[in-house]
Amino acid sequence: MPVLSAVRRQEPLGWGSCLVFLAALALAFTVSGTLLAVQGKPALQALWLLVESAFGSRYALEDCLIKAVPIFLCSLGVGLTFRLQVWNIGAEGQFALGAVGATWAALTFPGWPWYALLPFMLLCASATGGLWGAIPALLRLKLRANEIIVTLMLNYVGILILDFLVYGVWKDPASFGFPMTSEFVPAAVVARIGDTRLNWGLLLCLAVGVLMSVFLRSTRLGFELRACGENVRAARYARMPYAFLVVLVMVVSGALAGWAGFLEASATLGRLQPSIMSGYGYTAIVVAWLANLNPLVIAVASFLLAGVRVGMETLQLDLQVPAAFGGIMEGSILLAVLAGGFFSRYRLHLRRAA
Amino acid sequence: MSLEILLALLAATVQAGTPILYATLGEILTEKGGVLNLGVEGMMLVGALAGFLTALHTGSPALAFMAGGLAGAGMAALHGVVCIWFQGNQTVSGLALTIFGTGLAGFFGTPYVGRTAPGFDKFSLPVLGDIPLVGDIFFQQDALVYVSYLIPPLMWAFFRYTRWGLGVRAAGESPAATRAAGLNVLGFRWAALLCGGVLVGFGGSYLSLAYTHLWTNGLSSGRGWIAVALVIFAFWRPSRAMLGAYLFGGVMAFQLRLQAMGTALPSSILLMLPYVLTIAALAFSSWRSQRTEAPAALGVNVEPSE
Repeated sequence: MPVLSAVRRQEPLGWGSCLVFLAALALAFTVSGTLLAVQGKPALQALWLLVESAFGSRYALEDCLIKAVPIFLCSLGVGLTFRLQVWNIGAEGQFALGAVGATWAALTFPGWPWYALLPFMLLCASATGGLWGAIPALLRLKLRANEIIVTLMLNYVGILILDFLVYGVWKDPASFGFPMTSEFVPAAVVARIGDTRLNWGLLLCLAVGVLMSVFLRSTRLGFELRACGENVRAARYARMPYAFLVVLVMVVSGALAGWAGFLEASATLGRLQPSIMSGYGYTAIVVAWLANLNPLVIAVASFLLAGVRVGMETLQLDLQVPAAFGGIMEGSILLAVLAGGFFSRYRLHLRRAA
Repeated sequence: MSLEILLALLAATVQAGTPILYATLGEILTEKGGVLNLGVEGMMLVGALAGFLTALHTGSPALAFMAGGLAGAGMAALHGVVCIWFQGNQTVSGLALTIFGTGLAGFFGTPYVGRTAPGFDKFSLPVLGDIPLVGDIFFQQDALVYVSYLIPPLMWAFFRYTRWGLGVRAAGESPAATRAAGLNVLGFRWAALLCGGVLVGFGGSYLSLAYTHLWTNGLSSGRGWIAVALVIFAFWRPSRAMLGAYLFGGVMAFQLRLQAMGTALPSSILLMLPYVLTIAALAFSSWRSQRTEAPAALGVNVEPSE
């Protein structure tokens, strides 16, 4: 009887990988659609509505770009740590701390002109976000504490710090008891580009993305980072600064997530409130892996998963699909793509059993 | 503090620690077989929902508990398909599983938020429940707590004295040697993963069936991750898992009691306690253990044989 067996591919699959990727996406959509049908929703109509309301109009596309900004910044950061085999799952908490740092600056120095205040807010967000990334890095290096768990726990702590502030000392006395800070002064709000609803944070993303690509591709440190990610022992043997790199990527990653928090508080909400936490930090992890950690592809994937979020809002309103459906889609897409990776690395062939 | 309040607090500690204990034991079993499953948080949520829905529709708590375990195994099977069959990265797959499971529980659970279902009630065990102090703390609980007492010694004996236990350990320590010895590595990995999933699902359904009797979204609130941390804290030993789970149960019970008593501390600060303690416990145990106690091939996939 012939049996199916897997053999490692000698040549990379090339364009075939795209086919595998599309098949995985189709599988994830099928699973999600089936679950919708189980819940008694019109599956095909809902999935079509999701795509159409995400990418079907200029207004929707703007929404996608707005939501893609924080996902992209967080994802670029966590993707950087993943390259070094350092597992920063803490973008969510670093995002929260960044928003807190920026808000502190905005509330403390409302009299400053925008050209001083905005850079200072950015700096504060980098400091607080970076600190939230540095803690797990140091615990890992000094005590060998698992960074996956430390970053995750710091997510919960970070969100609770944010809650503590907006429910307490920072609560706007004029908010009728709602947990939110008072509105930022105009100088603390990142301006919009022309007559669109997009803000200049988009330009920041572009700059960071280009810088990151250049850093990884053509600097010595970027090369060392990739080398350490491939084989830590060999890299240490070659006297590459492993410990320094761990701290560096975690601080940079934390700072980038912090910037995302800054932009959300300043440009999108204009104040700090608990609803700022909407899981961008977790979506960022999905994005990073879908994009194979490549900065350029991360940009595309951020936009697409931002689209899922935008489409979900319509699905919630029109078909009363719970928001958690977005998690089902993200999770099933990533699971399917991970499994699909097998076909890029192995080929199956039939052979006769001995 | 009077003795009565202290006893009530310690009894609450055991109750709060039980779901974490189930989940930690499940993850220990899984990891002993060499598979790292970071999906515990999502699996607990799905287990909690499956248990809740079954209890609501059948009225049978025992059946509901089983359904929770089955749902946990189902989620674990997804992880197995991605990692054992298709060689996916175990860390990433686990994270995806948590995102997927959280979504699943929220998606199917949202219509039921605030509903209550029949569950397990406390009863005093004959004889044991009458022992002063110990009886008050350990033997005036619900049936699921009593079941959870049996698992650590059974698991310990399983790993130490049975051939299957040895097989699971071998699959986690050295898959190549295990295969060379003619054992079915993937079979052992699958078995440990699925049985571990059942235990994690039990932990989840404990939350909805005995801890709250009521459905809310995000019921597990990080307990799954605490369980993953406790596996390291416990050095992969079932007995120490008990210690760790009750330590965390204690913090959670204490924090609830403080909130109920109305302290000057804001609730957000109190809620941080378990998470900060997790970091501290993890840092401490990682620092104390000289060599890593993890199974040597933990998180490493077994390549398909030629």
